[in-house]
Amino acid sequence: MDHLVIIGNGITGITTARHVRKLSNKQITIISNESDHFYSRPALMYIFMGHMRYSDTKPYEDWFWQKNTINLVRGFVTGIDTDQSMVHLNNDEKISYDQLLIATGSKPNKFGWPGQDLPGVQGFYGLPDIELLEKNCVGAKRAVIVGGGLIGIEFAEMLLSRHIAVTMLVREESYWNNILPQRESELVSRHIREHGIDLRCKVNLKELVPGSEGRVQAMITDNGEEIPCEIVGLTPGVSPNIELAKNSKIATNRGVLVNEFLETNIRNVYAAGDCAEITESDSANNKIEQLWYTGRMQGMALAKTLCGERTAYNRGIWFNSAKFLDIEYQTYGYVSNIPRDGEDSFYWEHPDDRKCLHLVYEQKSHALLGMNVFGIRMRHRVFEAWIREKRSLEYVLENLGEADFDPEFYREFEREIVALYNRQFPEKNLHSRKKRGLLNFL
Amino acid sequence: MKLIKITHSSNHTNKNNHYVWIKAFGFLLFLSGVLIFIASLFISDYQITSQTLRMSEQKVAAEHLQHLQVLIGKEYTSKSVALADIKATLKRSEPDIKNYELGVIQFWILKNAVTGSLRKYTRLYLLLSLMLATMGGLLYIIPHFFDNLPGIKNNNIWFSSTTGRGAIGITIGSLLIVFYVLLYWFPQYIVNVVVLVDPVSYFIRNLPADQWFLYGFLYTVTVFVMGLRMLAKYRHSRYHIVRTISIMFFQTIFAFILPSLMERLSMPGLDLKNAWPLNYYFFADWNIRNLLSSGNLGVFMFVWGIVLSIVLVPVLTYFFGKRWYCSWVCGCGGLAETMGDPFRQLSNKSLRAWKVERISIYGVLVFASVMTILQIVSYSTNGTLFGGLSGALNQVYSFLIGAAFAGVIGTGFYPFMGNRVWCRFGCPLAAIMGIVQRFKSRFRITTNGGQCISCGNCSTYCEMGIDVRAYAQRGENIVRASCVGCGVCAAVCPRGVLRLENGPVANRFNLVKLEPVN
Repeated sequence: MDHLVIIGNGITGITTARHVRKLSNKQITIISNESDHFYSRPALMYIFMGHMRYSDTKPYEDWFWQKNTINLVRGFVTGIDTDQSMVHLNNDEKISYDQLLIATGSKPNKFGWPGQDLPGVQGFYGLPDIELLEKNCVGAKRAVIVGGGLIGIEFAEMLLSRHIAVTMLVREESYWNNILPQRESELVSRHIREHGIDLRCKVNLKELVPGSEGRVQAMITDNGEEIPCEIVGLTPGVSPNIELAKNSKIATNRGVLVNEFLETNIRNVYAAGDCAEITESDSANNKIEQLWYTGRMQGMALAKTLCGERTAYNRGIWFNSAKFLDIEYQTYGYVSNIPRDGEDSFYWEHPDDRKCLHLVYEQKSHALLGMNVFGIRMRHRVFEAWIREKRSLEYVLENLGEADFDPEFYREFEREIVALYNRQFPEKNLHSRKKRGLLNFL
Repeated sequence: MKLIKITHSSNHTNKNNHYVWIKAFGFLLFLSGVLIFIASLFISDYQITSQTLRMSEQKVAAEHLQHLQVLIGKEYTSKSVALADIKATLKRSEPDIKNYELGVIQFWILKNAVTGSLRKYTRLYLLLSLMLATMGGLLYIIPHFFDNLPGIKNNNIWFSSTTGRGAIGITIGSLLIVFYVLLYWFPQYIVNVVVLVDPVSYFIRNLPADQWFLYGFLYTVTVFVMGLRMLAKYRHSRYHIVRTISIMFFQTIFAFILPSLMERLSMPGLDLKNAWPLNYYFFADWNIRNLLSSGNLGVFMFVWGIVLSIVLVPVLTYFFGKRWYCSWVCGCGGLAETMGDPFRQLSNKSLRAWKVERISIYGVLVFASVMTILQIVSYSTNGTLFGGLSGALNQVYSFLIGAAFAGVIGTGFYPFMGNRVWCRFGCPLAAIMGIVQRFKSRFRITTNGGQCISCGNCSTYCEMGIDVRAYAQRGENIVRASCVGCGVCAAVCPRGVLRLENGPVANRFNLVKLEPVN
């Protein structure tokens, strides 16, 4: 019986194991250093905020693994011997494998800032970071967060839940505008400030200053400001965690190099999730996908390959979602922060400053390329189909009600949105065709 | 290098400081009110006079009163001594008197024997206890509309002593349990607080208050005040606003005001929304007789009760799921969705709990059904067939299920096992609607494609203990018998994955594989 060994019990490793179990009766071993059981990493913030306990973030009850004969090993892998097909653990144990999956995820970036290792300075990535933050919060009144991505805003929200004043330093002109188009980025920036977060744009960290007891006491920015603080959160992104692969015969670059089948250069060794770098014919375009969803989808594709049905990973039409404090965000297809050639966009914003819809379409054909939506829920499958079928902007607007996923009784904005379009293009005169309506069952 | 000292200024935690004081003051008032309410149990003296017996004439048969004449002139400072004396006196002349009857007599005699400041200044006491607690509660709750931004705010729930099974939670649970035990089985020990609501009872229905009026009044005020809390907490969610207003409306009007007004007019005070088998005495001989002998209105109520239970319940459940009742109309659900909301996360989500739940709730349904069939047979045969058995069963049911399960455990266990213990493990009406919802209903919770991050907020905040995440992360719709459609899973989801929907019955499970579609 084949033995599949998986290093890492995150979403990628676990999805692979579960799907392999569905498809085969291989022996499966998952090795993790972080936790005994799989938990949802995106839920970490909720543990700290007291929304959930750690046990609530485990998607499967503890008996699940034994019942599905998935063997869990708690330990740190110190080396991979691809010649002997063996992984070495820190307790000198060796585990031999027939197939090996490296799903070691990523690790937070640090840029060599002076003082970055002072007490009170931390990143936010895993379970130990929660305990550390718990300690760091004792008596703390002020915090600075460096880095404006999704983890940065989560970090800020966590600190607000403990009534700690937060300053957020962002390299860009407004929050996350290296990803979000300007208007969306500004909408989120205003919402961040509405929550009392002191958001500072185009400011960088220069140095962290220790106090008399050695703990961080202030931060100095590149424009010479000194910001007193007892906690510093460093969230300038993550990089693939590939130390293990680097010290073996497995080829690495920024991540573990794999082809579209998630196979490394070594037979029977695979990598997937945050740590994998998927090669393209043009190596400048290699993909490193560090999302929950992509990790899960890679795991599903890989499980087939591992069970003999060689399957390329194809993530399909891009999607992602997040929540910025109180504003939910979904994106489908491609919406780049700076409009690309041949694209045009339609943008609607609600006066309450919490909702907007941004549709990007091809100039010539008006085919929908992508969308961003804030504060309104939309149906994944509907937008996916519209983008795949190259539906026109006008079709999408007229049928927007079909995609509305907001709860019942919520206000519907389809008409307002269409009315805005009709003001911009008076010759078209579109009509909202699909209304969601409460009583449409009649 | 130019150094500018910056201090953090703009933070909305500071802005909220003035609300903190209002809330603290409100909380203090609430606590004082509750303490005075509890204290008023112990402050009375009791004096049995001819007036006492006269006041009890409506509730206590003349022969008992005759036997109690000897007590006229007696004064007591201790409740238990007074009760023992009443009991001993009655037992002497009526050795076979039933305990239940004895309790009723004790209740009315002692209630009407209450003297002292509580009797003299009843309105003042009412003001200083229940009214003060209500006002305090409002002062505590209303700032919640303003002191944070609209949106899901579940911060620190598991750290709180109240909502995380801490000392305060245990205390609240214990007090509730004690209250229910006294209310159901020893009401004669709480006559003082029943006296407290006499002014309200006379005002609304022109009758003296009994323990059920006290209970109904407290229940309604609680649903109302905690309903406001719900409205504040979910003010961004129109589903919850409409649903909560509906709950408050049905409790206030249908469960409290209408029955009270009907009693005022000497009509049977029936809660029109209380469907069989939640209303387990609907088919009892005495209830049918009582209704059918109350003229056209009584007949209407009898027919309405049958139509509601047999036609409306399944039809509406087919269209909307059981939520139309459980989280929009029902009184038990009303308390659960208002006072119980802070405790929803305490429900057990394990597979084991689900197994226990199925045995337990369908067990109660079988019990209630058998009892009802026997009751109907008994009624139609004028008690010759199963008359005794159905009566005995009804008594056992009323004690075990109606009081102990629905009341003591159902509400007293909020701070231990979540706010839907009764609805989840016991309610036979929920069981029936659950079967409809599971097998033939347009209702489902739709999962939005592949957006789930398995965070667990949905499961954690499911008051019915459904592991919502287990479905959502597979891209499967949630079609479960127990779902009461409170809508909180969808509200707490940080990725917009869940939506309560009524749609075509075909393919409502959405058992598609979560795979990238190209």
